[in-house]
Parts: sequence; structure tokens; C-alpha cells
Amino acid sequence: MGAPLRRRPVGAALLRLFPLAALIVLVAPVAAGIAGIVLPAFGYLPVLGSTEFSLAPFRALAAMPGLGRSVLLSLGTGLATTAAAFAVVILFVAGWRGTRVFAALERLVSPLLSVPHAAAAIGLALLIAPSGVVFRLLALAAGWERPPDLLIVQDRDGLAMTLGLVLKEIPFLLLMTLAALPQTRAAETDRLMRTLGYGRIAAFFYGVLPALYRQIRLATLAVLAFSTAVVDVALILGPTTPAPLAVRILEWQRAPDLDMHFVAAAGALLQLGVTLSALLAWLAAERLGAFLCRRFARSGRRARRDAWLRRLSALLMSLSAGTVLAGLGVLAVWSVAGVWRFPDVFPDGLTLMTWMRLAANLVDPLLNSVSIALAASLVAIALALGSLEFEARSGRTASGRALQALYVPLLVPQVSFLFGLQILFSFLGVDGTFAAVVTGHLVFVFPYVLLSLAEPWWSWDPRYGHAMRALGKTADSVFWRVRLPMLARPVLTAAALGFAISVGLYLPTLLIGGGRRPTVTTETVALASGGDLRLVGATALVQALLPFLGFALAAFVPAVLFRNRRRLRVAA
Amino acid sequence: MSNGGTAERGLLLRNVAIRLDGDELVTLDAAIGPGEVLTVMGPSGVGKSTLVAFVGGFLGRDFRASGNIILNGRDVTALPPEERSIGLLFQDALLLPHLSVAGNLLVGLDPAVKGRAVRRRAAEAALAEVGLEGFADRDPATLSGGQAARVALMRTLLARPQALVLDEPFSRLDVARRAQVRNLVFAECRKYGLPVLLVTHDPADAEAAGGRILELR
Repeated sequence: MGAPLRRRPVGAALLRLFPLAALIVLVAPVAAGIAGIVLPAFGYLPVLGSTEFSLAPFRALAAMPGLGRSVLLSLGTGLATTAAAFAVVILFVAGWRGTRVFAALERLVSPLLSVPHAAAAIGLALLIAPSGVVFRLLALAAGWERPPDLLIVQDRDGLAMTLGLVLKEIPFLLLMTLAALPQTRAAETDRLMRTLGYGRIAAFFYGVLPALYRQIRLATLAVLAFSTAVVDVALILGPTTPAPLAVRILEWQRAPDLDMHFVAAAGALLQLGVTLSALLAWLAAERLGAFLCRRFARSGRRARRDAWLRRLSALLMSLSAGTVLAGLGVLAVWSVAGVWRFPDVFPDGLTLMTWMRLAANLVDPLLNSVSIALAASLVAIALALGSLEFEARSGRTASGRALQALYVPLLVPQVSFLFGLQILFSFLGVDGTFAAVVTGHLVFVFPYVLLSLAEPWWSWDPRYGHAMRALGKTADSVFWRVRLPMLARPVLTAAALGFAISVGLYLPTLLIGGGRRPTVTTETVALASGGDLRLVGATALVQALLPFLGFALAAFVPAVLFRNRRRLRVAA
Repeated sequence: MSNGGTAERGLLLRNVAIRLDGDELVTLDAAIGPGEVLTVMGPSGVGKSTLVAFVGGFLGRDFRASGNIILNGRDVTALPPEERSIGLLFQDALLLPHLSVAGNLLVGLDPAVKGRAVRRRAAEAALAEVGLEGFADRDPATLSGGQAARVALMRTLLARPQALVLDEPFSRLDVARRAQVRNLVFAECRKYGLPVLLVTHDPADAEAAGGRILELR
């Protein structure tokens, strides 16, 4: 009797390709993109007939009026955004973990996170502008007839822009913190510190934060890198005289004068330096913070009178969540507003005119948004599942270093490498194609899809698989028939997350699409600079609702599929 | 912290009853004098950890508790954990991994002890008290289980609690060390005249404690 021939699973060789492809998706566009700006920044761009290296682009860049202020704005708004969002999230988690207030706000995290940056920024603008809702309420109380003459939105120092960014980064950092907390011994350490007599916030800072921060550090740095180089929020809320560096790079890149391409490339390289400086400044602040934390801990000061700080953190957290939600409400009202004169808090009449006007113009952008987002999230899910399954079968789990590759596209300023990538794509003659735009989106969608999927993937009980293998099933059939159905819910949630991120992406669509693939997001940002608030409100509302739709579907499908399977329902 | 001798001193658990969804989990009515140990025993799942959480001040929102915790004449039932002056020793030493051994002791040490050098000497004296001279600058990760348990004990005592709750503090130690650490803990508690509530499932703990034993069922 010979041993039965074990057939090598057909997919084994193929499966090996997934982690490789994942790595390529994460690193290749960034590397290629940076190469794509370095050459033109030094004057080399054969497409435009320039084949000699020179420093002329940098000289031209230095001569741009207000360049210094643009750089300072990028640095300042980036650092201020990150510091403020980090402080609010950490103080709130420190002061309220395990309370009812915390549980209530925890439930808002995912919906808030799914609101795209542009929609949140426009909602904020419609709230705080001199003719916005806040001033209408003030006018009602004070009896004003006309909006005050103030420059609030697009203020010179970028305060409105910083506020808009903070509102969006708070839910992101909170979600990352919530995900990291179980990996620290937070609850036990917290008990220990409090029985030693420390107040809630001090207990958290001395006992829990040092371990927690290691887990959320890359996410915090990603927030910093993003906000030093953000474009869509800056176009809506940021200053224009001059604008932050990233916005100006975009202007130069789109200028009809082709020589400005070289200036844009040099600017993109400068942006890289600006973001790097901000990251270095943050790393220095980290050290200072850790030093102070240890020093205060050793002094033994119990800091029990922290009630005011706890209340302040809860107030700021609720205000930030409330502002985003109120902003969405204002978008909705504007989209159906008839005549709406200044001090009136509500429009005179409601009408569907705006929606009818919009309907015809929004079909193409809507189709583009949905098709790009579907393609990007599907590819991302396939790549993520393939990589995870490869790891599971080869018995290797991703090392810390491999996981850090996920953050490569999130730590390099978008405007820098996307611009280079666009140059590269146009050199290859593929810029503006559907595949090129999806590739550009995938760079940002894939990291989040994998991060979201990894935890539920590894917490699946492998004994289900062992039991099926013992029954003679192949590894492939375990994957398709057991693991995937059991993980349908997290897989769909990850897909919805990918969809939401893709829908909200502005710069990759604009740069790689070359204006030939208008999406709801590019339309929203374009309309924001015009004056038609009804049209802006309606478009931004559509932009905000698309991700919601994705998440709703992701919750609905498994609910129907598994309607008779109690153990596959979400725990209430 | 000497025994004042008045009737009020010590830890009083008066008519304590803790319920979850209407089921009574724990009922207890006991007084623990200074330097005394009350051992609460029972298999897992009878509400020992619920009792610890109630006395420590961490009872979950789902629980309903009645009765009072009175420490040296002060009713601490409604106070948050940090206001109770009740020290807790846990199953794990829970030394903070980002601080040195001395740093861990300084986190415990009463802030009324001021001055860097003074505080440092106090930490070193505490280490000497449990036979760990020269360990001040060590990384807590390099300590054996018994050494970590001794540091955790001193950290708790340096905070100058008025009572101590021991939540199965010896169960993670190997048998050889267990007796040694146990005797040290009880000796220190007697020395400082602390009322001690010991929660355990190990009869040897109860025997070594030498005080009254209460079985939860």
C-alpha cells in the first residue's frame, strides 16, 4: 500500500505572489513617484525637451512670492492639527475610559470617520462663515441685519483650516487608540495606579500611555504627514494669500506655462523636506514628553484634582463630533433651501430645484466615484486576503517591519509622490486611464483595508480549519468554504472602509486622472470655490452619503446571508 | 502607623451585599483590626474578584452593591479608588515596563516625601527592606517573579495606604518562592499595623495568614 500522493494545491505558487504584489503596491508608486519629481526638479524632463541638469527650478522656486510663508503655513497647520487632535483624544481616553460618556462617543467614531474630508470642511465653512449658521444665531440674539465683516474661513493664519483638519483627525486617532488599547494592559495598570492614589488622567499618562503610544505612533505620524501636505481641506478652508505649499505645488503643476512644471517638481521636493522637518520636530517633542512624563511620575504627585480637565476633554470631544454632524445637517438644509436671507436661521421655503439641477451633472462623477472605489477596494481586499492566507499557510506572521511598510504611502506627502507618479504615467502614456486612477487610489486604500482585516483574520479559531483538513478538505477549500464565509462580516467592513477612503480621495483622482475622471469629490472641491452654496451643499452631501451607503450594505448583506445563523450575528 | 486601640480603627465591611441582575453574589459583614488578616476563600466564580472590585472601588456598572466600607472611621464607600487609601496587590506584579525598579517605587512613594535625593534614598531603603539592595536601576523585565512581587509590595506600602487588599497575590509564583514572599508580605503588614483583606483559593495562603477564614459559596 503506497501512501496516497499528496497533491500540491494549485494555488500555492500563485499565493506566494500576493505578499509580493502587496509590497509593490505599497512601495513602488511612492518610489517611482519620488524619482518622478527628483529628475524634473533638477531640470531633467525629456518630454518637455529638457535633458540638462541644472538648479534653475530651485532658483525659480525660491523667487516665488510668499514661499516662506507657504512653508511656514504647512508646518504650522500640520503640527498644530496633530498636537490638538492628539491632545483631545488622549485626554478624553484618559479621563473617560470605561464610562457611559465614553461608550456613547465610541459609537460615533466610525460614522464620523466615514465623512470625507471635503464634506466635513464644507460643512464647517457653512457653520462658521460670517454668513453661516453660528453668526445667524448670534445675529438673532444681537439684532444684526448684516453678517459681520470678518475673514473667518480662509483666514490668513490657517486657523479655520487647522480646525477643519482637527475635526477629521480626531475620529481617526480615536479609532486607532481604541484598537490599540486591548494590546496594552490598560485596565490592570489603570487599577494599580488608582489604588496608589493617582487621579484618572495621571494614572493614564504615567501608567498606560507609554505602552499605548508605541502602538499609535505610526498613525499619529501619518496624521502629521497628511496634514502638512493636505490639499482639499486647504482649498476649502485654507488661506490664499499665500496658500500652504501643497496647494501652490498643485497650482504650479496645472499652470499653462510648462516651465512651471519644473518649479512644481522643485516644490514637491521642498514639500518632502517640509513634511520630514515636521516629523523630526514631532519626534523631538516625543522625547521631551516622555522625559517629562517620567519625571512627574517619579515626583509622585497624584494630580487628583483633574475634574476640570476631564470635563474640558469631554466638552472638546463632544464639540468636535457635534460640529461634524451639524455641518452635515447644514449641507442637507442648503441642498433644499429656497430663499435664505441672512439673519434667518432657517430658509423661507424648501425646494428640490437644486437636486434637479444637479441630477444631470452628477451622473458621470457619481459613476466614476463608485466604479473607481469598487475596483480599488476589491483589488485591495483580494491582495489583503491573499497576503494573509499566504502568511497563515506558510506559518509566518508578518514581522513588525513588514507591517510598517503599510505606513510608507501614509508618511510621504501625497502631493510629492503623486505628482511624480503622474509625470511617470504620462511618460508611459497611461495617465488618465481608469487603471491608472485605480492604482493611485489603491496606494491609500490598501493599507487601511489590511489594517482593518488583520485583527479579525488572526483571531479566527484555526481549529475550524484543522477539523476540516482532518476531514480531507484541501487548504483552498477551507479558505473558500470555511474561513471566508465565517469572516464575511469583517471582510465586507474592510471593503466598505476601502470604498469610503477611495470615495474621499481628492489628489490622486485629480493628478492621476488629469481632470478626465471627475468624481463626486473633485466636483465638490471644485464647486466649493464657486459661490453657489445650494449646489455645494448638495454635492458635498452626496459625497458624505456614499461611504455611509457602503457601510450600510456591508452590515446588511451578512445580516441577510446569515439570518438563520445565531453565532454569526454581531454581539449586541 | 501604630494601633490606636480605639474601636474605630481598622477596616469595617458592614452589611456588604453585591448583586448582579438580581442574584446575590457576595454578602459579607466583618471587621478587620489593624495588623489583622481576614482571608476570604472560595473556588473561582464565587465573586471573590467582585468583592475585591467593590472594596477597591472598581465595581462595574452592572453590579448593585449595598453596605458600607469604613476605614479608620471614614466611610469610603462612595469614593473613587484614588481617594480611598486602600492599597491593592494584584496577581501580577504589574511593574511599569517603561520605568526602572526605583522609578516604579517612586511612583508609589507618597508625594509628601519631597526632594529628589530624599525620595531616591527612601526607594533604596525600601529595596533593602526586602533584600533587594542594588536593584534600583534594574529594568523590571530582568527580575524574577519573586523579586518583582517584592518590589510590587514595597511600591504599594510606600504609598502609605491605611488598609491592604491582596487579590491572589501569590498564585503566579512558583511553589519554592511562594512561602518566602507570603511570609514577607504578612510580616510587613503586621509591622505597619495594616488591616488586610486576603482573597485566595489556596488553603496554604489562608493558613500562613493566620487570621480568620471566611468561605464564600
